[in-house]
Amino acid sequence: MNEIIAKEEIAPDTYRYQIYHPRIAQKRKAGQFVIVRTHDGGERVPLTIVGSDLTAGTVTLIFQAVGHSTRELAQLGVGDRLLDLAGPLGQATHIENYGRACVIGGGYGTAPVLPIAAALGDAGNDLIGIIGARTKELVILEQELGDICSRLEVATDDGSYGHPGFVTDVLQALLDEGEPIAFVLAVGPSPMMRAVANLTKQRAIRTMVSLNPLMVDGTGMCGGCRVEVGGETKFACVDGPEFDGHQVNFDLLMKRQGTYKPEEQEAAAHGPHCRIGLDAAR
Amino acid sequence: MSPKATAIPRQPMREQPPLERIGNFEEVPLGYTEEQARVEAGRCLQCKKPKCIEGCPVAVDIPGFVALVHEGKFAEAARKIKETNVLPAVCGRVCPQETQCEELCVLGKKGESAAIGRLERFAADWERTQGLVERPRTAPPTGRRVAIIGSGPAGLTCAADLARLGHDVTVFEALHEMGGVLVYGIPEFRLPKKILREEIDALRDMGVKLETSAVIGKLATIDELVHEDGFDAVFVGTGAGLPHFMEIPGENLLGVYSANEFLTRANLMRAYSFGEAADTPIARGKRVMVVGGGNVAMDSARTARRLGAEKVVLAYRRSRDEMPARAEEIHHAEEEGIEFHLLTVPVELRGDEMGRVSSAVMQKMELGEPDDSGRRRPVPVEGSEYEEPIDVAIIAIGAGANPLISSTTAGLETNRRGYIVSDPETGATSIPGVYAGGDIVTGSATVIEAMGAGRRAAAAIHQHLMEVRRSTEARAEV
Ligand SMILES: Cc1cc2nc3c(=O)[nH]c(=O)nc-3n(C[C@H](O)[C@H](O)[C@H](O)COP(=O)(O)OP(=O)(O)OC[C@H]3O[C@@H](n4cnc5c(N)ncnc54)[C@H](O)[C@@H]3O)c2cc1C
Ligand SMILES: Cc1cc2nc3c(=O)[nH]c(=O)nc-3n(C[C@H](O)[C@H](O)[C@H](O)COP(=O)(O)OP(=O)(O)OC[C@H]3O[C@@H](n4cnc5c(N)ncnc54)[C@H](O)[C@@H]3O)c2cc1C
Ligand code: SF4
Ligand code: SF4
Ligand code: FES
Repeated sequence: MNEIIAKEEIAPDTYRYQIYHPRIAQKRKAGQFVIVRTHDGGERVPLTIVGSDLTAGTVTLIFQAVGHSTRELAQLGVGDRLLDLAGPLGQATHIENYGRACVIGGGYGTAPVLPIAAALGDAGNDLIGIIGARTKELVILEQELGDICSRLEVATDDGSYGHPGFVTDVLQALLDEGEPIAFVLAVGPSPMMRAVANLTKQRAIRTMVSLNPLMVDGTGMCGGCRVEVGGETKFACVDGPEFDGHQVNFDLLMKRQGTYKPEEQEAAAHGPHCRIGLDAAR
Repeated sequence: MSPKATAIPRQPMREQPPLERIGNFEEVPLGYTEEQARVEAGRCLQCKKPKCIEGCPVAVDIPGFVALVHEGKFAEAARKIKETNVLPAVCGRVCPQETQCEELCVLGKKGESAAIGRLERFAADWERTQGLVERPRTAPPTGRRVAIIGSGPAGLTCAADLARLGHDVTVFEALHEMGGVLVYGIPEFRLPKKILREEIDALRDMGVKLETSAVIGKLATIDELVHEDGFDAVFVGTGAGLPHFMEIPGENLLGVYSANEFLTRANLMRAYSFGEAADTPIARGKRVMVVGGGNVAMDSARTARRLGAEKVVLAYRRSRDEMPARAEEIHHAEEEGIEFHLLTVPVELRGDEMGRVSSAVMQKMELGEPDDSGRRRPVPVEGSEYEEPIDVAIIAIGAGANPLISSTTAGLETNRRGYIVSDPETGATSIPGVYAGGDIVTGSATVIEAMGAGRRAAAAIHQHLMEVRRSTEARAEV
């Protein structure tokens, strides 16, 4: 169990792992995630289940090495085992046939979009996909999403590929063209999800976003993942991670995501093995 | 009654001095020496009708084990306790003895009760450190399989009892470590995790299968455990793990934690290896406010102190007499310089421009008429607000029932607060073959009560499995 069966670098610092865990592979539904730990003393890192292969008994994870723990994860190779793999966690995406739906992925947020797009496609939706990245080489899963969507648009911030600009620029253009989009799903950096939600709110298009607050246990025990939706506090790990984008308090989400920025930076400055909270314990 | 016995004072236990211990996470009380233990044991009057036993939820044979300690038969004393309590090293440390066994001890009527908890801890520690722990004998395999969900004291006790009876037991735990609150909640300085690990190793030696990172309800439902995986019975011991917040403005600011999150980061995520590499950060406040008056609040306050807080304020809405924490922990907290703001609650948390908590608006309370619980209800004093500058707040006002199991198990009866309804004598729930006990049934209670529930359920499960076997055998013969 938990063995890495395949590893692939699909973009700079972005990896796709196939991990052996037949039970999660069988049980998981679109929108759910796992929590992984690589070593004793390691953090519990939440990652979306991007897909599964029932014959091989594997789940697919795609992640970007952005900080200490995801870099540790990227160090592993085929044949290594994750120390812990818990899941499938969170609520599955509510899937129905909306007619024409639009799925939007920003950066490595494109990975979580893939399983949801697949489920929406299976339910008969006609899908438009929009994926964005900073630059051409960071565009991921174009092929995979292209196979599911009847139309796929790509945007890069620097204009090196596809439309120059943001995914919201593409969405705006589609809406202006009169595309009859009945449902939008967006996953990516919080500012992107907020921008999408602002745009669709004006036109009253139902919009779901997948939130990624900091998490610890992922089972509803700690409340660290709390987010505010429609003025109410929710625990993203058990009530979400998907919520109505028009109701989410993104300001709060972004602030809370930055809780440990000073600590992470200080730790990074002191080298890989000085992690905060330890010196005090001595 | 020997007059000599009562003349001997209750033996104190050596402790790390407060100024020293706030700089480390090591255990505070250091335990009795052999001499002290024997002297203390000699104080017990060996009552014919021992009242103390009535105060113990699992009815430990207190005079029996205390007499053995007095005679210097320490390992025998530990084994005597283990006849009814599988985790004496834990209970000796964390039971609220002053409201359980020791409250009823006759010595306490005139002077100080026998130090039952300290003796229990001594006997268990002695047996363990001398390497004299015996692997419990297990009965021949019955061929019956039991799933235990949750590895807190309820689940571990139930698993141990069933394994001893020869059943094939698997414990499923959602987190990456076994032990429930004993590992993620109660700090190292109160309960060294090494003790717990050894208890868990003993379970493994008895053939119990331990599966971590197994979130039941998600990875598999109870129905699937029974119908697909072939478990003959299930015990649910998932605890009360849903943190309550106060629902006051500012509670989602950065630096505001539930006690569960704060303690989990501090305990579980630093997993016994203090000072070595651990990757999970925690906000180290200089001025910390803890809200609550129970063990959880004391543990949070004392942990914050050890993480470097210069000032730790503990706000509790009632008076000191009503604090539910163990007396010893309140005493330890005070010694460590925790400031108690009694009859006080925060009514608002305020933040800086970065969204970090920077102060709490506090309000004084006074005690009014008694409420449903018989305790006098705190009522706000108008105009008594003051602002307390803080950079971390920890909310320790209790926990509720986690819905992971109830929401995924059709037909499982819960009460209006979401706790599982089960027979207090047997743990039987509304679903045949499914039992429950511990905090998920009673709400937040104590370690020993959870163990008692695990134990009663194990007996009932055994009986149920044996009856099922008899009836299937009878059918096979026809
Ligand atoms: C439900 C859920 C699903 C997720 N799915 C994926 C996925 O499929 N692929 C993937 O690459 N990542 C995913 N993430 C995000 C991933 O968990 C974080 O990137 C990871 O925890 C960062 O850990 P680190 O120690 O490497 O970085 P850190 O050193 O902790 O952080 C590096 C930087 O990333 C920021 N950061 C840290 N955690 C988060 C977060 N949760 N959200 C946004 N920013 C964060 C920090 O503020 C910092 O700037 C998901 C998160 C959640 C909650
Ligand atoms: C900080 C703190 C200090 C305390 N101090 C004391 C004290 O000094 N003395 C005392 O007597 N009591 C104390 N208590 C209370 C005591 O710890 C509890 O009453 C006791 O642990 C309850 O035991 P339990 O077995 O019912 O559940 P828990 O100990 O809560 O264990 C439940 C376990 O089930 C797991 N679980 C939950 N859901 C699932 C699922 N769906 N699938 C798999 N696993 C699951 C959880 O992860 C957890 O490990 C304290 C509690 C806390 C939080
Ligand atoms: S188990 Fe707890 S209550 Fe019972 S005798 Fe021991 S310390 Fe007292
Ligand atoms: S009540 Fe007190 S004195 Fe009597 S047997 Fe129990 S511990 Fe000993
Ligand atoms: S991560 Fe702890 S409650 Fe969600």
